[in-house]
Amino acid sequence: MTIYILRRLVVLVVSLVLASIVIFALLRLLPGDPANALLGVGATDAQISAARAQVGSDQSIWQQFGIFLRQLVTFDFGRSFISNLPIGPEITARLVVTLPLTLLSFVLAVIIAVPLGIIAATKSSRWYGATISAASQLGIAIPVFWVGILLISWLALSAHLLPSGGFPRDDWKDPAAALRSLTLPVLTIAIVMSASLLRYVRSATLDVLGSDYLRTFRSLGGSFSGTLVRHGLRNGAVPVIAILGIELATTFLGAVVVESVFTLPGLGSMLVLGISQHDYPAVQGVLFVSTLFVLLVGFGADIAQRLVDPRLRDTVSGNRP
Amino acid sequence: MTAVVALEAITTATRRRRSWTLVVGLVLFGLVLATAIVSLFWLPYDPADTAGSRLEPPSLAHWAGTDRLGRDLATQLMIGARIALAVGIGSVAIGAVIGITLGLVAAFAGRVLDDGVSAFLDILIAFPTLLLAMLIVAAQGASLWSAVLAIGLAMSAIIARLTRILAKRILALDYITASRTSGTGMWGIIWQHLLPNVWPTILVNLALQFGLSVIAEASLSYLGLGAPPPNSSWGRMLKEAEGTVLTAPIGAIAPGIAIVILVLGLNLIADGLRDIGDPLRRVSARAVPAPTTEGPR
Repeated sequence: MTIYILRRLVVLVVSLVLASIVIFALLRLLPGDPANALLGVGATDAQISAARAQVGSDQSIWQQFGIFLRQLVTFDFGRSFISNLPIGPEITARLVVTLPLTLLSFVLAVIIAVPLGIIAATKSSRWYGATISAASQLGIAIPVFWVGILLISWLALSAHLLPSGGFPRDDWKDPAAALRSLTLPVLTIAIVMSASLLRYVRSATLDVLGSDYLRTFRSLGGSFSGTLVRHGLRNGAVPVIAILGIELATTFLGAVVVESVFTLPGLGSMLVLGISQHDYPAVQGVLFVSTLFVLLVGFGADIAQRLVDPRLRDTVSGNRP
Repeated sequence: MTAVVALEAITTATRRRRSWTLVVGLVLFGLVLATAIVSLFWLPYDPADTAGSRLEPPSLAHWAGTDRLGRDLATQLMIGARIALAVGIGSVAIGAVIGITLGLVAAFAGRVLDDGVSAFLDILIAFPTLLLAMLIVAAQGASLWSAVLAIGLAMSAIIARLTRILAKRILALDYITASRTSGTGMWGIIWQHLLPNVWPTILVNLALQFGLSVIAEASLSYLGLGAPPPNSSWGRMLKEAEGTVLTAPIGAIAPGIAIVILVLGLNLIADGLRDIGDPLRRVSARAVPAPTTEGPR
């Protein structure tokens, strides 16, 4: 297991390095000088070269890449082209919104999806089992931001139950106010995420229900629910953990879009703003942190899978045939 | 004997149920496709015509009402169908061509190249579609083409990984070895044995990816990073109607329903195709694709 963790750790670091190369290359190798984003039309040559010195585009691509890598290792990320403020602290400040949003949505989605998915599988012939399955089919076809718009119009604008958007200026100093502004966004993400998660839980449960070991154990006199809890849960958990990892990453992305719906000052809105302003350091920083998050979640999911199912331990990636 | 009867019962019962899924999916998809085709030849109004009164509710003159500039919403919805399908078809084409080629190369290549390609694909898949799309939009500027390219590239990684896994599984079978020993070349193997066997599964996944690309395009447009005006994408229509959701709810509801119709249709088509391709599959087990083919959306 230790050897596996070490090997997986190497994969994680290599992936991260390659991902940062992709981020860097896509932003730099394409035509256009970031210095132009700073200046209006009709800038003088002196202004252009000053701007190029400021954003570093006067250096060779390799020098720029060296600077970029050094920044990543030190979590510095440079300064914004637009506000000239350091990117690192800005990202930290915005994570305070995005991380709780992601984790709360994820937990709520799991709370909704796991019991409903098991019901949908075990009671598939009943009307409520079929209804749950149909609802999840509909749920995966709905764009997350539309759910947000609808929830705002019903619960915020019509019923005045919750704020329609924004976040307290002093962040979490007043936890109740912060939670109130996160309620609708969390609900929005959880509704959409639980639909796809539910389908995976349902199919994992169906696989377990159709398995020979379950039938054998029941034929030996085990009760249905007892057997399911004792043997089914652990076996069914393996594919579900893999999906949980992907879903957590997807939730994080859902946050990027949903933050725009609810005007939350998180990483997502920073990314959208950065892109529209051609603020490359900001875009780079947010993308790097997001990729790091996604890769760490994948790492965690792989380890958890092997803790639950020892049979996977001698393979590098459980997915490979 | 009992087993055979039971097996037949499952097969016929599920077959009927399955073709029903496919039919509903095709009807929903056909609805959007027909709208898009009609929009090429006829539109109720000029999309830039602001002559109507503002935020009008649905009426005989304006079936879906008007937006806050007085433009006809039905016209915009019809153009939106065109854009959604164009992005979907374009990105699926890019995803299929690059993905299948890369997957086959990895499956046939030696160990070093295969490992390299696989590692690269794993990273691309870990990189969520929407983030990759935003990165490309950041570099290229917001346009319909940027959206198609970005979504197609992200999709190609998923299709490539799927193709590689399926192809490796088939290449390891005895009849491939037999065919090789009797002198069939690489292209012969690919055309005669590999593609016919992997195609059904890939087709199912392309249908699912089509649906995901429609949602991805709508999200990009909603964020203001999709096709710029005058392309009235459904996502951008929702963005524009967001502020007037209480005074003119139709504008914030109709484009959303349009997206759901198209994506639901595509998902049902995928489910139906999967069931036809594998009639013995248990009634509802694995109603979703194996986790290995998925990445964060």
